[in-house]
Amino acid sequence: MMAEEVKLFRSWSSPFPLRVIWALELKGIPYEVILVDLSNKSSLLLQYNPIHMKVPVLVHNGKSIAESLVILEYVEETWKQTPSLLPEDPYERAMERFWAKFGDDKVLPSLWNVFIKQGKDQEEAMVPAQENLTNLEELLRGKNFFSGERIGFLDLAFGWLANMVSVFEEVMGATVLDNQKLPSLSAWMKNFMDAPIIKESWPPRDKLITKCQALRQAHIEKEAPK
Amino acid sequence: MGEELKLHGAWISPFVYRVIWALKLKGVPYEYIEEDLSNKSPLLLKYNPVHKKVPALVHAGKPICESMIIVEYIEETWPQYPLLPIDPYERAMARFWVKFAEEKGDAVWALFRTSGEEQEKAMKGTLEMLKTIEEHSPDAKKFFGGDKIGIVDIAFGAIGYWLGVVEELLGVALFEAHAFPRLHAWLKNFTEAPKIKENLPGRDELVVFVRSWRAERLLASQN
Repeated sequence: MMAEEVKLFRSWSSPFPLRVIWALELKGIPYEVILVDLSNKSSLLLQYNPIHMKVPVLVHNGKSIAESLVILEYVEETWKQTPSLLPEDPYERAMERFWAKFGDDKVLPSLWNVFIKQGKDQEEAMVPAQENLTNLEELLRGKNFFSGERIGFLDLAFGWLANMVSVFEEVMGATVLDNQKLPSLSAWMKNFMDAPIIKESWPPRDKLITKCQALRQAHIEKEAPK
Repeated sequence: MGEELKLHGAWISPFVYRVIWALKLKGVPYEYIEEDLSNKSPLLLKYNPVHKKVPALVHAGKPICESMIIVEYIEETWPQYPLLPIDPYERAMARFWVKFAEEKGDAVWALFRTSGEEQEKAMKGTLEMLKTIEEHSPDAKKFFGGDKIGIVDIAFGAIGYWLGVVEELLGVALFEAHAFPRLHAWLKNFTEAPKIKENLPGRDELVVFVRSWRAERLLASQN
């Protein structure tokens, strides 16, 4: 059998490459990490992801794939060993894809919008963010994980919530996710955070806090009345 | 499979047409329900509570929403006339371009909704998108799917056809043949393919509709 070469371009902090790392680790696929400094993009990244110049990029036997959720589906189809990431039933698969898209298109931007604001602007931004999180609470009802009994595609897609919400809340000094109102989501976040493989993967929290503080500061200064 | 299949749509929606094309190419029968987008049916709101939008495909009572997710569902449920290649890497490439269409296509939809500075920004975004596809997408034989229409053609086809509508509406030429020769040739192939040609809303009717819709919005925003 041909020796497989799997490389993954990531940055130290971006949550999107983590999705791919989790998938590769869960399936026991050996891979090499290429660490990218996103403030100083290398020509190598340009060569492998010329269209977006972003991480993650998976390079498998010299062929590159970008877009984290696309990569997850590629990993699932290429390495068929367990655990399988997606359900077999087409309807269940469509549901996971739908909610993963909701996560990236709605949940993430709405939480980011709360994070970069303050005062009344932040209060207003809380409303859609909390509505979106309530949708996730309802999705989880009666389940341990978004994908059912064990971690799957949808958990990997939402995984960033497990550590980034608390980082955001600490930096901005405000709560967006009320544990009392969203008990299932809070429980999931804790379970996912501490799950085998997942728990070893998180970027250093103190570095994340520092980085997020700088980002929030920059956004607030930009919006400040002149 | 004799289960009930219904599509909630609107004749003006490019997203709905993506689903129609997939169903027609595969020869899958369905019932079409036209929604009045200014007065959405309780059924639609029940089937798509999160986004409250068309299309919503309902198969044996179970709803699926988001046009390209619906297309993937159709692909996995009815295997005839495959819309995705077999090879995992080729599938990943197709999915990459579908995501690109979903993300960058927003600039085209913004052209319909906006005016002034926002619209200028949307025009720039549209041109950038067209340039990237022209330069980076794999050589289209007849279609992005090869000799047959595939999922990438469906994703881009909606953008391409509706771009023609907004060009006529605004009296601008964004998608010029000399600037985008490959894409122009591709769009001609796509819109002339029998199953697509028979399933396109009239361009003139669309222009008339959008013109009055924009006028209504402008009036509402001024009050």
